[in-house]
This record gives sequence, structure tokens and C-alpha cells, in this order.
Amino acid sequence: MPEAPTIDTGNTAWLLISSAIVLLMTPGLALFYGGLNRSKGVLNMIMMSFSAMGLISILWLFYGFSLAFGEDKASVIGDVGQYLGTKTFMAETDLWGETGIPLYVFMAFQMMFAIITVALISGAISDRAKFSGWLIFAGAWATLVYFPVAHWVWGGGFIGAKLGALDFAGGTAVHINAGAAALALVLVLGKRLGWPKEAMKPHNVPMVALGTGLLWFGWFGFNAGSELTADSTTAIAFLNTQVCTAAAVLGWLVVEKVRDGRPTLVGASSGAIAGLVAITPACAFVAPWAAVLLGLVAGAVCALAVGLKYKLGYDDSLDVVGVHFVGGWIGCLWIGLFGTSSVSSLVADEGLFYGGGVAQLGVQALSALIVTVYSFAVAFVLGFVIEKTIGFRVSKEAEVDGIDIAEHAESGYDLSPSTGSAGGAFAMAGIGGTAPAAKPAEPTTPVSEKVAG
Amino acid sequence: MKLVTAVIKPYQLDAVKEALHALGVAGLTVSEVQGYGRQKGHTEVYRGAEYTVEFLPKIRVEVLTDEIDVEKVVDAVVGAARTGKIGDGKVWVTAVEDVVRVRTGERGLDAL
Repeated sequence: MPEAPTIDTGNTAWLLISSAIVLLMTPGLALFYGGLNRSKGVLNMIMMSFSAMGLISILWLFYGFSLAFGEDKASVIGDVGQYLGTKTFMAETDLWGETGIPLYVFMAFQMMFAIITVALISGAISDRAKFSGWLIFAGAWATLVYFPVAHWVWGGGFIGAKLGALDFAGGTAVHINAGAAALALVLVLGKRLGWPKEAMKPHNVPMVALGTGLLWFGWFGFNAGSELTADSTTAIAFLNTQVCTAAAVLGWLVVEKVRDGRPTLVGASSGAIAGLVAITPACAFVAPWAAVLLGLVAGAVCALAVGLKYKLGYDDSLDVVGVHFVGGWIGCLWIGLFGTSSVSSLVADEGLFYGGGVAQLGVQALSALIVTVYSFAVAFVLGFVIEKTIGFRVSKEAEVDGIDIAEHAESGYDLSPSTGSAGGAFAMAGIGGTAPAAKPAEPTTPVSEKVAG
Repeated sequence: MKLVTAVIKPYQLDAVKEALHALGVAGLTVSEVQGYGRQKGHTEVYRGAEYTVEFLPKIRVEVLTDEIDVEKVVDAVVGAARTGKIGDGKVWVTAVEDVVRVRTGERGLDAL
């Protein structure tokens, strides 16, 4: 009789670190999206990510983890009672599978995936979604779509266990899933006022680059962490994440240089995200040279895909569809083209370019299609119901004035000396309104400049 | 009395200030403004989408002067602000009826 697995401190330490840096991706995403947004909606944009961290963490603890990773029920859903949030587990003995990591650590690691998947959707509907509508959508979509789809792909459900589709770290479950939902919400909510005639350019490009950096850093936990243990598969997932992303930066920049004449920092950042998305499903199944090729293709194709919204007339504000949906599909299919058992024993059918025919490619396409259709349909219905009941879109007045003030009574930047916290000349005259009244100066006392600030 | 108003490129401000200082001009008012003339704006490209930026940042310099010195002031501003490239700006002169120095109540030329 084999010995019961015992806690593996090395694996546990790696997964704890991975969990923390995967969580960091969501604030990174908030900065990436926030910088791409106009200044009058930057807080609402960031808020949609932060609210996902709040809401989804709790749902995940109470029933999300059970639905996704509980004992399989008819290949469709996990046993909701298995890890219900009221239960406690022995940290020493309740381990996840053969990995030697405590159940709690795996639960926390996967929690971070659920959070960022929901947050990803928000980039498509910036500047026009009611915050209450967003929160209700986020909770309902996570419950009805993300938790089941995570089960289908990773938790013993039909896509992973029956179809044999491969998705190492979330090309299907995360990026195609979120991208399809984003497209549905864009169609329900409609275009921003003034789009595409008005200029809606990014308000803070350095913030975009900072967010990209945090995402890139966290993505090592996302991809290499998904092995759950620290071994050679972890190593190739890590390396492929880096080289694919690097190539995608170059791929996007080449398109910009040829098409627009100048390479841009927004382009380099977007290329990095496209590469990270594309390598996510494939990172442990392809050789590094195939990862580089994937990066070049994903960077170039996503750069071209983000222009489609102007041709097709849908206002996906920050290109969630063009980057995550398209990038996710490319990475998912790449396994069918370049997946090989010489990299991973999980690859049963060799990819097309390794002489394995189209079997795996077909399975990959089918899995992506199923998730696309399901996520799009449920997100569309949810969005439609929210719009018809409590309303999903802010008033025109709120949209023109800025969603930050209308929904949150905050503004991202106050650079005016008369109203900002820095005080200034007008504060002395009491015009600032909220500035405390300055005491009248004693006749012999010189006026202090500190009164103003 | 005249008010000389100049809209110039931001990085020419120091040169204009020095030229006016050399003339003995006692004070001037500077403000950040936006606008465009014949050069129009410029184009920025984000993710392949082109945005035309029509209003360019400029600096407006205002100098109060007497009738006698107005030509010298205009020449000094134009000479210092000129780069020869499009977008150098404009200078115009308007008549001023009266001027009051707030501190002393002096009026007219005495207040300059």
C-alpha cells in the first residue's frame, strides 16, 4: 500500500509565492486598464478590478472552489458541498492530490485565477457601466460561467477529462472565457457616447507600462505556478512565458512600424499582454522555439485584430476581445499545431507539425468553441436582464461628466491649486470652499506662506 | 498705452523674457494656453487608431507698455520667439485706456 502523501514544503512555498504574485496581476491589470482609459473614468476602471478582488474571493471560498474542483457530477459541475466555506481542513493532512501542497494553498492559488478572469471583462465596458450592475454581473457570471468552466477544463469535467483538450494555465478557462463575455457585454451596453468620432486616447501611458510590468511579473506565477509543483515542467512553463512574451512585443512593434510608421509604448505593452495570453494554455506543451513563433504570431495578429472594432462597429473600450479572446484562441490552437510529448507526457496526440495530424487541433478548437458560445450566451442574457431591471448603463449626463464623479464621488486627479489638497492662492481667499478659514494674522506677524498649504 | 500680447512656443519663453528684460520692461504676465494656427495640430496613434490633436500647448505673454516703446517691445518678442518653423505664434497690439497700480493707486504711465 503506497504511503499517504505528506506535505512538501518546497512545492508549498512555490505555490504560496505564485498565489501572491497572481493576485498582484489584478492591481497590475487595473493600472494597465486605468492608464488606457480616459482620465475621467480612471477610478471606476480600477475599481472594477478591486471590487472583483473583494467579491470573487468570498464567493470562491464559500462555493466557487467546490463547484470548480469538487468531486465531479456528470462531467458538468463539482460537488458544491465538498469544500463549502464553513468547513475546515487539517493543514498537515488535507493535501491536494499527490502534490504535497495543503488544500488551502491550492484553493488560494485558484482563487486568484477566478478574480482576474472576472476583472479582465471590465476593460470592454469602461466609462459606461453602473457599478451596481457590474457587481451583480461579476458575481452571477463567476457563479454561472467561470466556476463551471473551470470545472470543465481543469476540475474533471467534460472538456479536460472527456474531450482531452489541453489548457495548462487558462487560455480557454480564463482568456477565451473572459473575452467572449466581454464581447457580449459590449453588445448589450452599446458604444460610449461619441465613439468612434471623439478621441478617447489613453490618458497615462507610463501607467499602462507599469501595469504591464506587474502583469508580466505575476504571469510567471500564473503559468509556472499552474504545475503546482516545482519541477522541470515548471521550468519550461516559466521559460516559455518569457520568450513568447518577448517575441510578441517584437511582433506587435513590427506591425506598428509597417502600418503606422512608428513603434509605440502602448503597442509594446499590448504586445506583451498578447504574448502572455497566447502562451498561457500552451506554456507546458510546446518547445521554446515554438513559443517564440507563437509570440510573433500572437503579437502581430492581435495588433491587427484590435482594429476590427472600428470596422465592425462595436466599442470594446480597451480591446479585451482583440487581445484576450483572439490571443486565447491562438494559444489554444497552438497546442494542436506544436504540442509535443517530448515536452509533456500530457500531450497524447502530437501536434500537426510533429506529424500527429489534426486530432488534437480539432479537440482544441472544439473546446474553445464550446467555452466561447457558453460564456457569450450566458453573459449576454445576464447583461440583458440587468439592463432591463436595475439598469446596466449610467445616464448620458453621468457619462459625459465622468463616471468617477457620478458613481463614486471621487476624481482621479485634482491638479488645480484652487481645489486640490495643495491649497494655493484661492484657498487663502476661501474660494476653495473646503479649505479651513485662516485665522487673521496678528498685525506684527508677517504673513506665513504655510497658510496656503 | 498699449498691451502687447504674444502667443509663442513654450520653449521660446525664456528667450522672450530675456529680450524684454534687456529692453528694461518691468513686468510681464505669462499664461499657459492651447490653440492652433496654420500648422493645425498633430496626429497620435494608439493601437493603430489615429487621434488628431488640434490644440497645441502655447504660452501667452502679455506686456503693458507706453506708445513710444511699443515697436521695440514687439520687435524684441518677435526676434526672440522666431525659430523660422511653422507654429512660431502671433503678436498683436491693443490699445489700453487706463492702468492702475493696486498698491499705490497710481494711474496711467505712472502705474507701468
